[in-house]
Amino acid sequence: MSNPILQVSGLTMDFGGIRALNKLDLDVHAGEIVALIGPNGAGKTTFFNCVTGIYTPTAGDVLMTRPGDKKPISLKGLKPNYVTQKGLARTFQNIRLFSKMTVLENVMIGRHCRTKAFILGAVLRNASTRREEQQIAEMSYSLLEKVKLADLANELAENLSYGAQRRLEIARALATEPHLLLLDEPAAGMNPQETQALIELIREISSDGQAILLIEHDMKLVMALSDRIYVMDYGKKIAEGNPEQIRTNPEVIKAYLGEDVDA
Amino acid sequence: MFSLKTLRTGVLISLWFVFLTFPLMVIKVDPLERIIQWRWKNALLVGIGTFLIYLVVQYLNYRKEHQPPAKVEDTKDQVSFIHKFIADPIQRKLLFGGLLVIAAIFPFVVSTYQTNIMITALMYVVLGLGLNIVVGMAGLLDLGFVAFYAVGAYSYALLNHHFGLGFWEVLPIGGGLAAIAGILLGFPVLRLRGDYLAIVTLGFGEIIRLVLENWSEFSKGPSGISNISRPGFLGMELSLEGSILYMYYIMIAFMIFTIFVVNRLQDSRLGRAWIALREDEIACQAMGIDKQKTKLAAFSLGAFWAGLMGVIFAAKTTFINPASFTFLESAIILSIVVLGGMGSIVGVIIGALVLILLPEYLRALSEYRMLAFGAILVAMMIFRPQGMIATVRRTYRFQKK
Repeated sequence: MSNPILQVSGLTMDFGGIRALNKLDLDVHAGEIVALIGPNGAGKTTFFNCVTGIYTPTAGDVLMTRPGDKKPISLKGLKPNYVTQKGLARTFQNIRLFSKMTVLENVMIGRHCRTKAFILGAVLRNASTRREEQQIAEMSYSLLEKVKLADLANELAENLSYGAQRRLEIARALATEPHLLLLDEPAAGMNPQETQALIELIREISSDGQAILLIEHDMKLVMALSDRIYVMDYGKKIAEGNPEQIRTNPEVIKAYLGEDVDA
Repeated sequence: MFSLKTLRTGVLISLWFVFLTFPLMVIKVDPLERIIQWRWKNALLVGIGTFLIYLVVQYLNYRKEHQPPAKVEDTKDQVSFIHKFIADPIQRKLLFGGLLVIAAIFPFVVSTYQTNIMITALMYVVLGLGLNIVVGMAGLLDLGFVAFYAVGAYSYALLNHHFGLGFWEVLPIGGGLAAIAGILLGFPVLRLRGDYLAIVTLGFGEIIRLVLENWSEFSKGPSGISNISRPGFLGMELSLEGSILYMYYIMIAFMIFTIFVVNRLQDSRLGRAWIALREDEIACQAMGIDKQKTKLAAFSLGAFWAGLMGVIFAAKTTFINPASFTFLESAIILSIVVLGGMGSIVGVIIGALVLILLPEYLRALSEYRMLAFGAILVAMMIFRPQGMIATVRRTYRFQKK
């Protein structure tokens, strides 16, 4: 079997005296949907922040093997923009869109790290810059079609409904052409219909061979989508397996429901 | 319409204003006669005036509240008149053509003195547009902009003084040196945000001025550098009037060039990144935008323009000393941007013309210039925080084929 796209080993993050992540191991292989679940405060978002370079982990390593690469590259300690450039894109738990920009422009920002026109290109606006700009717009538009926001392309992002904003974040992340897409609670605050639509969207994205790692509380979504599930509590991994194994794992039930007093 | 309570507040506000303006309006010291004049009539006038203005404002508020709500306002209505006007390509061409003609014949219609003032105003237009890249587009509050202006001016003055280099040779050098200064300053400080960045840039501006003032061997200190040569026209020496005229056209060309560049930057990949960076830095980085590089680009571009204007300033006045590069200059340029409308090119141009030309023509009131300046800024922040001409960002319109 080839190297996993993302291989996290012994990841540890301390905030002062608090150990938010404790020697966490996690792999994501090509084409997989992997879910990371756990009670509130378990350290899931901290894990995302460590992997994407917003925090620098205290110990451990984050390795990434891109398709075609022989050796894995380490993402540890890289700045967030370089992590994205290497092929890891994320969405945010609390939506972070550019609210005063249009829907299309939001996605176009995602193309930034794959294009290169700079000051001279902007001023001269030569043929290659114009072509690049056209390509950015076309690709962004087709991504909007994919997440069914194409008819709102010229609307300001802040005017979108909540579910649409979540979908826009996914489109923006996809615009960076990631090898691995990280979704931080994509279904938070959605109603059942929106969640159902989201499940279908994620399936569709995954069917293109996109590897996805997601954090989610909505068990319906997690169980419907995931190939494998990791369960965290207090910064530690407590279980790992396919949905069926996780559903019946006593450790997981204990973490979520608390210990039975009579037992 | 006016309740007793609003009237009472009005009286209190008037009294407060009388108190605030007391030292300025009432007390007058006559140093020759060694007496103090108490001009109580002024206090009365200030009080009554304030009260009347208060009543008018209250009345307008009252009208606004009791008017039947207007029909759902189209967002188009909030777009300022000028932007609506130039949105139409034919009208835009007409307007620009007209302005160009006026600009071209302007120096032949008015006196040399007027032309000279206009050159100054145009310089501030370009400075404002340069700072607009930093403040308006990238959202980095820079209070030390004048430092880069000084770098440009001193590059020309020193290179001309020591090596006899001409205006056109130094122009790119001055701009380049200022841009390098921008990058050097930018590296350590651009991780700061908002107020902190403002304070550091303010400090940097003062450092440059103090160095120029005290490093006499290098910059000749407070006595400045004189006899800087004016730009020559194809190797010819021009008369004073001729060179002012020449300067004027150089400035017009520069302004058009600047507008062109700023306009293009606004609609580019880089311009988009600046706007995104202004809105959410973390999301921006997560989308692969290099924060450092993008901010430095804005900073050095702004500095570049300040440097160019510095060279022109030195060539225009033929004499510079550190007193021309005080914090007040930075404040004026920043006011131009804020007053005109952050991010709006038309706004900045009008802001510069108003702020620079108005004081020139109201020389009689020059005593109260700073007072009026402060009052206008406060009033703007309350009544029209988006500036005189609010920016209308052109969003990317995509037509599906």
